[in-house]
Amino acid sequence: MRHVISVQDFSAEEIIDLLDRAETMVAIARGEAVSDLLRGKVLACIFYEPSTRTRLSFETAMHRLGGGVIGFAGTEATSVVKGETLADTIRMVSAYADAVVLRHPREGAARLASQFSDVPVLNAGDGAGQHPTQTMLDLFTIRSEMGRLEGLNISLVGDLRYGRTVHSLAIALAKFGNRINLVSPEGLEMPGEVVAYLKDAGKFGKACHTPEEVITDTDVLYVTRIQKERFPDPVEYEKMAGVYRVDPELVSRGPDNMIIMHPLPRVNEITPEVDALPQAKYFVQAFNAVPVRMALLSRVIGGE
Amino acid sequence: MPDNYMKVQRIEHGTVIDHILPGMAFDVLRVLGMSNDRSMSILINSHSKKGGKKDILKIENVELSVQEASRVALISPQATINIIVEGKVVRKFNAEAPKVVRGILTCSNPNCISNQKEPVTTEFRLGSDDGHHYVCSYCERDIIDLAKRVRW
Repeated sequence: MRHVISVQDFSAEEIIDLLDRAETMVAIARGEAVSDLLRGKVLACIFYEPSTRTRLSFETAMHRLGGGVIGFAGTEATSVVKGETLADTIRMVSAYADAVVLRHPREGAARLASQFSDVPVLNAGDGAGQHPTQTMLDLFTIRSEMGRLEGLNISLVGDLRYGRTVHSLAIALAKFGNRINLVSPEGLEMPGEVVAYLKDAGKFGKACHTPEEVITDTDVLYVTRIQKERFPDPVEYEKMAGVYRVDPELVSRGPDNMIIMHPLPRVNEITPEVDALPQAKYFVQAFNAVPVRMALLSRVIGGE
Repeated sequence: MPDNYMKVQRIEHGTVIDHILPGMAFDVLRVLGMSNDRSMSILINSHSKKGGKKDILKIENVELSVQEASRVALISPQATINIIVEGKVVRKFNAEAPKVVRGILTCSNPNCISNQKEPVTTEFRLGSDDGHHYVCSYCERDIIDLAKRVRW
């Protein structure tokens, strides 16, 4: 039984294999072809925290493969409010379903769930912890848009300190042979251990505080949201939140074939005028969640 | 002052834990669960022949096991254990930091699932790099202020 808890649990070969498989799923994900690969199978999506893209794309992925979905989004109508432990909830849900997708506010929740589940657990985000399927769909998007997954200059912009998803992404991108620039406001820099990893791997580009410093040498501009929940003081948040604005003027300074990605939701870090530019790929990225999660589900449930 | 001058008398039977990181002697007692009803001597910031300072613990009438010694190594990996019988060192070994620690420590990340009311035993793995640090198997974070994270 294969759980999907952390991207570090996957080798580069396994990731490439998964991306190849996701490519074969694109037509089904678009509704242009029909599949009943997971017919008769049930996926449980249990979300203890808000989510739009992750939950809907997992549900879409399961439906597109002919399977059914159960679950909850928010714990108000469940026994969780009566004090049921995650361990008990998982034991019960894993008896109803063939795989469990879990989002939870506590770090390590998916790892714990995997110990109590009789079926594969897929981590859909555990607090400020891991979100491996996001990394996989980011890699898929880069490969499909740039035609390769190595030898690129990738600039990560925004809150690089707290979002561990961006830490995993930086490490995964470096493993595939890309050079990483780090752009963050003062105080939200990438943690030292990730920077050290990039330097040791010879894949560290530049660390700076403004995207202007790296834009001319960027193939992929990966923008992240400054997370409001990280700031106890709303004034401090407002100061940080307005630091970066990716607008058409900034984009025009980058190479023509540069792409812009964002895991979404965005707040004001990318202006709406950028959406119409050919460089804007964040909604393509959001769609790519479906074929990538289809590939994962077919593997963990269907044994493909 | 003669060369063999000793601030604290030698013990006849028991355990001497030497080369404890300076200032960590009380934490070592804590991780060993030693209560203050035992007869013992504690030297803090003693001069080390290897240079620098160290703490020393002399605990009478207790022979530390290898398993107990590994608890010492959790917070003071350079410590050496000397078992004393009839005034002589009969066994000397280095405390070896355990690769995996289950149940003894609590995670320093308050948002870690292992700190919630879940039926799980905490688990930490010794970091793979040279530094002496432990990583939580659940939230994958380094444990901070390790000596304070020991529970009974």
